[in-house]
Amino acid sequence: MTLRLHRWAAIVAAAGLLAACNNGVPEDAEPASDSSGGGEAEGSSTAESSGNDNLVRHDTDPYPSTYEPLPGETTLITGATILDGIGGRIENGSLLMVDGRISAIGTDIEAPDGATVIDAQGRFVTPGIIDIHSHLGVYPSPGADAHSDGNEITSPITAEVWAEHSVWPQDPGFDAALAGGVTTLQVLPGSANLFGGRGIILRNVPSRTVQGMKFPDAPYTLKMACGENPARVYGGRNQSPATDMGNMAGYRAAWQRASDYRDSWNEHWDDPDNNNPPTRDLELDTLMGALEGDILVQMHCYRADQMAQVIDMSQEFGYQVTAFHHAVEAYKIPDLLADADICAAVWADWGGFKMEAYDTIRENLALTHANGACAMIHSDDSLGIQRLNQEIAKALSDGRRMGLDISEAEAWAWVSSNPARALGIFDETGSLEEGKRADVVIWSANPYSTYAVADQVFIDGAVLYDRSDETRQTVRDFRLGLPGEGED
Amino acid sequence: MRMLIALAALGLAAIPAATAQDFAIINGRVITNTGDGVIENGTVLVRGGQITGVSADLAVPEGLRTVDANGGWVTPGIFAPVSQLGLVEVGAESSARDTAASGSSFSASIDVADGFNPNSSHLAVNRMEGVTRYAVYPSTGANLIAGQGALGHTGGGYDSLFDTQSFMYAEMGQSGANSAGGSRSAAWAFLEAAFADARGYPGRYLNSPQGEALGRTDAAAMVEVVRGRMPLVVTVNRASDILRLIRFQEDNRAVRLIIRGGAEAWMVADELADSGIPVLLDPMRNLPGSFESLGSTLTAAQRLNAAGVTVAYTTDTADGYINARLLPQHAGNAVAHGVPWDAAFRAITLTPAEIYGVGDRYGALATGYAADIVIWDGDPLEVMSAPTHVFVDGEETDMESRQTRLRDRYADLEDETPFAYRR
Repeated sequence: MTLRLHRWAAIVAAAGLLAACNNGVPEDAEPASDSSGGGEAEGSSTAESSGNDNLVRHDTDPYPSTYEPLPGETTLITGATILDGIGGRIENGSLLMVDGRISAIGTDIEAPDGATVIDAQGRFVTPGIIDIHSHLGVYPSPGADAHSDGNEITSPITAEVWAEHSVWPQDPGFDAALAGGVTTLQVLPGSANLFGGRGIILRNVPSRTVQGMKFPDAPYTLKMACGENPARVYGGRNQSPATDMGNMAGYRAAWQRASDYRDSWNEHWDDPDNNNPPTRDLELDTLMGALEGDILVQMHCYRADQMAQVIDMSQEFGYQVTAFHHAVEAYKIPDLLADADICAAVWADWGGFKMEAYDTIRENLALTHANGACAMIHSDDSLGIQRLNQEIAKALSDGRRMGLDISEAEAWAWVSSNPARALGIFDETGSLEEGKRADVVIWSANPYSTYAVADQVFIDGAVLYDRSDETRQTVRDFRLGLPGEGED
Repeated sequence: MRMLIALAALGLAAIPAATAQDFAIINGRVITNTGDGVIENGTVLVRGGQITGVSADLAVPEGLRTVDANGGWVTPGIFAPVSQLGLVEVGAESSARDTAASGSSFSASIDVADGFNPNSSHLAVNRMEGVTRYAVYPSTGANLIAGQGALGHTGGGYDSLFDTQSFMYAEMGQSGANSAGGSRSAAWAFLEAAFADARGYPGRYLNSPQGEALGRTDAAAMVEVVRGRMPLVVTVNRASDILRLIRFQEDNRAVRLIIRGGAEAWMVADELADSGIPVLLDPMRNLPGSFESLGSTLTAAQRLNAAGVTVAYTTDTADGYINARLLPQHAGNAVAHGVPWDAAFRAITLTPAEIYGVGDRYGALATGYAADIVIWDGDPLEVMSAPTHVFVDGEETDMESRQTRLRDRYADLEDETPFAYRR
């Protein structure tokens, strides 16, 4: 509970609110490139069919994506102001979607025969929003006792748990996020633990199963957490970690075990006839994947000095931190982040709720970006995820007010291409470019306005949400037959 | 309500404050919140901390200082109807938080004014973004009655609370049920008993400091509520809980009730409108966060407005000590979901002032009102707009906070001066 509520601890007490989230970052070993690494195995291990009979290689994708795009039509959007997510802006622009992919973007695109043509005169078109930090499904609505599935608060190192095994696909928060233009999201375990477990990257589509939402071939991620949360939880139980130095010792000991584990596997794989494989360890499988770079490390970390310690640790053990989440003090160390090639995922104006968040400033995102580091917005919240366009609008205006020269087109990267890169899915989504998945939002007005709402949201070229058509609005099972069914 | 506003009642408020400057704001789009509506290219005259004139064709007296709004919007300051400003510096630090006393046996007698700290860094953070007035709320501790709230301004100084013992705060519904032992029915039994204790005060305490629900000190504090001299703010969200509260109002005519929360208030909007009970609502709350807020929707504000319910907006889904400043964004989202702009803007300015009984002094730009004035560089409900000037009681305030100091320290990485020497 402590962890879920950290952000608003005082207010929660006052208002009886349940903060829907906390923080954490997902992590985990990548699903081995499709099934080539032995995905055919039913069980946990298998001998490679084409190789040595003694060779053991575990299936790295035992819970594969079953996502299938909904059927879409060939659709041409015309007359829109297009922000492409990688800094481009096209006035009176057109976007053509064919077979779920973007087939052309520019001006004066001819409508193919039979295409649906949408006149978006006076409206804006952008890539779908990607939230790199969500707990939808693992801390769903309603926040019932039985739904607190985001933190395995039983040990500080739980790299063996996977957020996808907690995600409740009937969380009504997914519907609301879709209406806010969110097409892809990373769902992470919470931040109670040093290693919270694997995160999962989801398409924001309705499905009976989590597998039906999993982003095909996306990397796994590993959620780690710095600072107050792990130390408070475990220190409160008189066990390690109780301090920042205890946190570091905990990570390092685990990385060393993972490194040894990897050595044992490599010895086996190099010479299976003479080296038996080590006993499989689910926790170390994940950490080994992170050391290998297959699993992207997403680390909850607020303070500049703590991030600097983690950067050194990543070099000590030879792994890459992909993104620091929350990163309230990223603005103090953009140079260190840029040198280490680490992104910062931040809020526009949340902070102050605990000591490590006390130095929050509204210019964090814009200033970190302007000083050369990769930066982006994140929500960590089931309400905030619905308005990430407004969150970057605030960040952009604050940056401009202090003199930073950043365009609206450039800033859209904060909700699209930058999170896509930090999730290892930029080849597929995060910008409006030919060949990419047609994840597209048509906004009623400039999405940097409070008054703009998403008119239509496309995922893989299919209309998943249409504001003016109730038959194109998802309603998760939970809301059926209850007060509020079908409400915005 | 204990008033520092007592001055106004005595007719002394018109005496100029010694430190306030006299000036005229010119060349602005003036949002009056009065029958005058919006005045394009209007002028606002300020003398002695008060507004002395608002019009399109006011002559600025010779020699009077002018503040050029440069075509920006000129509005009353934001009035945050629910906050914990001055009670919390760091939410997770018990040493920097005075919101709730879970270890105390006192409830109604707890007065937030005794713990309020006007030097909290968050006052300037909120003021810079247009918040000039706010209500300060206690959190519940010993029982479902949290204690007494106060009203403050962001002008700074140890007199920042301009009205104390302004309202009593209690939580019913799910929270009240938990406080009362486990059920809503028990919570109502407690509240009825607390009222009976207050009605019986002091007689029933002659032989014992304990009543049925409240001890002597708490019962004494509740007397003002029972007699209708101090409003009672009650958190309720479920439609049936709201109806139960309306029934309580019918049984206790003198009591002045205010609802906080109201997630499902739109489902009983007509009953609420008939009752006259105002609602403090977060218009951005739209998920079924619990079984008492299943009906949460972004259209709640619009439906309540259409039904004629008095509604002020809160940031209850954000927080109440740093992000009361987000009220314009919350109001803007209400507009995006159907509330007329004027009604939404009043819901964060004049309406909360009226709900707390100070609407004749705060929340509008009109002669006789306190000069709490914000000049914005655009539509205040737009997320990309921000204040350029903030006046509290006619005094221009610094556009600086601990946050801007940090920003400025780290703005330039090329500067050779070590960070700790930059001030």
